[in-house]
Amino acid sequence: MRHLGVLARIQLSDEEVQSLTGQLDAIVDNIAKVSEVATPEVVATSHPIPLENVFRPDVVQQQLTREQVLQNAPDQADGRFRVTAILGEEQ
Amino acid sequence: MTDLTRLTAADLAAKLASSEVSSVEATQAHLDRIAAVDGDVHAFLHVSDHALEVAADIDRRRAAGEQLHELAGVPLAVKDVLVTTDMPSTSGSKILEGYMSPYDATVVARSRAAGLVPLGKTNMDEFAMGSSTEFSAYGPTRNPWDLDRIPGGSGGGSAAAVAAFEAPLALGSDTGGSIRQPAHVTGTVGVKPTYGGVSRYGAIALASSLDQVGPVTRTVLDAGLLHDVIGGHDANDSTSLSDAWPSFAAAAREGATGEVLKGLKVGVIRELDDRGFQKGVSDSFRVSLAAMEAQGAEIVEISAPHFEYGVAAYYLILPAEASSNLAKFDSVRFGLRVTPQGTPTVENVMATTRDAGFGPEVKRRIILGTYALSAGYYDAYYGSAQKVRTLIQQDFDAAFAQVDVIATPSAPTTAFRLGEKLDDPLQMYLNDVTTIPANLAGVPGISVPSGLAEEDGLPVGIQFLAPAREDARLYRVGAALEALLLDQWGGPLLDKAPSLTNGASL
Amino acid sequence: MAKDALMDFDEALEMFEPVLGFEVHVELNTATKMFSAAPNPANEANHGAEPNTLVAPVDMGLPGALPVVNAEAIRSSISLGLALGCSIAPSSRFARKNYFYPDLGKNYQISQYDEPIAFEGSVEVELEDGTIVTVPIERAHMEEDAGKLTHMGGATGRIQGAEYSLVDYNRAGVPLVEIVTKPIFGAEHSAPALAKAYVATIRDIVRGLGISEAKLERGNLRCDANVSLRPRGQEKLGTRTETKNVNSMRSVERAVRYEIQRQAAILAKGGTITQETRHWHEDTGRTSPGRPKSDADDYRYFPEPDLLPVVPAPALIEELRAALPEPPAARRRRLKAEWGFTDLEFQDVANGGLLDAVADTIAAGAAPAAARKWWTGEITRVANAQERDAADLVSPANVAALQKLVDAGTLTDKLARQVLEGVIAGEGTPQEVVDARGLAVVSDDGALIAAIDDALAAQPDVLAKIRDGKVQAAGAVIGAVMKAMKGQADAARVRELVLERAAQ
Ligand SMILES: [Mg+2]
Ligand SMILES: [Zn+2]
Repeated sequence: MRHLGVLARIQLSDEEVQSLTGQLDAIVDNIAKVSEVATPEVVATSHPIPLENVFRPDVVQQQLTREQVLQNAPDQADGRFRVTAILGEEQ
Repeated sequence: MTDLTRLTAADLAAKLASSEVSSVEATQAHLDRIAAVDGDVHAFLHVSDHALEVAADIDRRRAAGEQLHELAGVPLAVKDVLVTTDMPSTSGSKILEGYMSPYDATVVARSRAAGLVPLGKTNMDEFAMGSSTEFSAYGPTRNPWDLDRIPGGSGGGSAAAVAAFEAPLALGSDTGGSIRQPAHVTGTVGVKPTYGGVSRYGAIALASSLDQVGPVTRTVLDAGLLHDVIGGHDANDSTSLSDAWPSFAAAAREGATGEVLKGLKVGVIRELDDRGFQKGVSDSFRVSLAAMEAQGAEIVEISAPHFEYGVAAYYLILPAEASSNLAKFDSVRFGLRVTPQGTPTVENVMATTRDAGFGPEVKRRIILGTYALSAGYYDAYYGSAQKVRTLIQQDFDAAFAQVDVIATPSAPTTAFRLGEKLDDPLQMYLNDVTTIPANLAGVPGISVPSGLAEEDGLPVGIQFLAPAREDARLYRVGAALEALLLDQWGGPLLDKAPSLTNGASL
Repeated sequence: MAKDALMDFDEALEMFEPVLGFEVHVELNTATKMFSAAPNPANEANHGAEPNTLVAPVDMGLPGALPVVNAEAIRSSISLGLALGCSIAPSSRFARKNYFYPDLGKNYQISQYDEPIAFEGSVEVELEDGTIVTVPIERAHMEEDAGKLTHMGGATGRIQGAEYSLVDYNRAGVPLVEIVTKPIFGAEHSAPALAKAYVATIRDIVRGLGISEAKLERGNLRCDANVSLRPRGQEKLGTRTETKNVNSMRSVERAVRYEIQRQAAILAKGGTITQETRHWHEDTGRTSPGRPKSDADDYRYFPEPDLLPVVPAPALIEELRAALPEPPAARRRRLKAEWGFTDLEFQDVANGGLLDAVADTIAAGAAPAAARKWWTGEITRVANAQERDAADLVSPANVAALQKLVDAGTLTDKLARQVLEGVIAGEGTPQEVVDARGLAVVSDDGALIAAIDDALAAQPDVLAKIRDGKVQAAGAVIGAVMKAMKGQADAARVRELVLERAAQ
């Protein structure tokens, strides 16, 4: 569960870890249920309405201004987004 | 003068077109209604502070003789899952509090272009995860029929706004029933279009392969009118269909004559029969079927053996896609940032922000989805669930070889009490049993009011499903039944709902 | 950073067999990005744009934004796949590679996983000594680049010790093709050379196709080099390391050599190699362990639900196949024969990365020998002195024009070198430099005769010797005249005139 929290980048509290651990069973039950019919010969459907080759011409269209890009930035400097150090001191 | 908020969108549009009523008057009437009742209902997260200016502009253009769209000047409520440039877009989450999008969702842009007047943003379960709107980070919306009950979800705000006469039209999104189930519990009309029929561009994604934007209204015709505005191909959404769609408003008008019911084959699903449906829901469903049968429709029992696997498949696919779609909320480019004590790394900041910014249901589904996708399990979990989609599509294909539409109750029960199922997510999930198959298969569905449950006097909806791309069929059949029932009831079902204001401003 | 123990290279090769593998990322130079219509910074036209000015909603993962595939990127990817001898998948699809990093706007990268667009190919790589090695290609897949992080507050601009970082999303969404080789056996002592030659070959291929600016120093081409060693006679592959983002061909060569020597030293002492990514440090010539990524092996790939399968029409594939340029190794063989160069002369050109320059110069009208001499001679000398790429100094057209002036007698070799210097300094075409600097050979006999008469008058003893038939004495006069003319005279003509005047 802790590992899932790391993968999902969510700092889980002990209580959250506990209650979520129990709820993983729900997923396991769903898997068991689905496995009853998801046999090898059944093909998977990834898109409900099958389409293919949906492309866009290579033509520049209006993009965001820098003001728009940064308009919701929690922190910024020099026209860029500012984030806390990526590595910790020991790294 | 008539209360403008009680008019259907079509009727209001007619009065606007003839200049009998101005858009400013219509908009003001709805803003007044919001001011009067939304303290109780809490359908809106944000009310536009310039709706009247937009309305005045429409009035000016009309006065100048400009040819305007049929719906120009009609107010519209917008689910907060849709991004807007002039109002915050939060998707019901604290992590996006105050977020201002630099672009409009395609459906919003098309609504603006048609001259609809956005009134505000409606409440929803956080990131559309829920069936009751209780998981909104900004407090629940209440059902206008009974303020102690849920308005459905995730689009409870849009349904409640329309049911409480705060807006004649609203936009919703439906991933597993989020338009149809709220329509069911609020006595309104909701349509989930064919997947790809309406652009998803600018709809904050929950589960990309299931999400679909659609209309939330009080009548089938109004839904058709709004669907005509928002639908059609959008090059910004790769999954958007390039079909030439017929007019859904025209289909609704045609359906209202009742002709469509003659010889119409309506399928009822054998396997749904023995589920634990509330008696009043089943009864209302049967009354509607009988009414249709009386007009020449033929009720045919069909089998959909794989529908019972739908909920399980849905709760593998949805968390998996959601866990990935919601990864972007990381405190770097927008939204909340919570910096923990000490000398944190960006990883700590992201994790702390996401813990603080996401509610429990969102975290639950992200974690479950992360698990379902994690190393080595993709094939067994997500992949198997995608196979169930194939089986459900095959069930639909077989069924539609026999019948024109499928009918089901829209949801198993009427509106439950706020808080009643909060501690039991699995029970909550089962609410979606009737609506989920359409999302998994991509077919369109409509929920139309079928009456009130005898035991609690609360609204019940009937759902019709049609083959992919046959949305127009739903409008025909839905409008036909609506006309029949309106005759039986002697007026709209919502006339029986409480006034909410104790007569104050009426 | 503790210094790694290294084993002597030859000794290492005696004990161990090196097995190589490469992942090269090619930035396509399409007008727009892979999944958005924002301008592509990897296209020359948009190079050097201000941070966060080439960004569309999907590039920075804005809520509600959706990707749409660039048709031209698909064509480029198919062409590249074909040039690598790959099969083009009848149907391929995109997948999400999920991991959190601040330069990744959506916190997933849209890539291809189990269904790449091109697979199973091979490419002929020619080493500096002319040996041809066939490198097996496993796959080439399409994906998007991440944004760019700048680390601030630390001493070196490195991620280690930085106080904070700044993120620019211009590069986010640049179309990439990642080319992955199969394990390469048998390179032996040539392993480092093969690494360099392989990257050079990929560069030549994408340049030939015109699908990338192909400038390594800009990151248009980035190589990850996998190296493992196995004891002689052992079947099982050793543990490999992946040295990331080596951005010049010389560095690729050095990094591979370094890893062979480092791993050999560890293995010889009975140690084990850690499977890890490593970083190449240009300044120290060493590699160091990369950041241990906790979720490195759990990217939770799944098919990208926002995008549809790519199913190229067979006709499109054949159209692109028919338009493929000659493969680099075949082209070399043909050019060598056409130009009539010796093995050494040709390797000089090829190893200097001057094949295109020389070819273009010849195409612009210069004789092969002259073109070769300019590029491998004076231009390379200046490039080395200025630490620049010879091909970037001067255009082939200008070199051909310069040679034309020499051939016409307008310039001597010495003058031509001065003109070249002017052209490199940006003073214009050779003719413009000649005109501006007044560097042409003085072909006006009158001016020459006056100078000759002055020189002869100043050196009567020399005049006497010439009249005595000691013709070689004329050299002193010729020297004086050339000096007086500041070198802008044709020495042969001066000699003719000196003898003529002395005889009068
Ligand atoms: Mg790689
Ligand atoms: Zn890559």
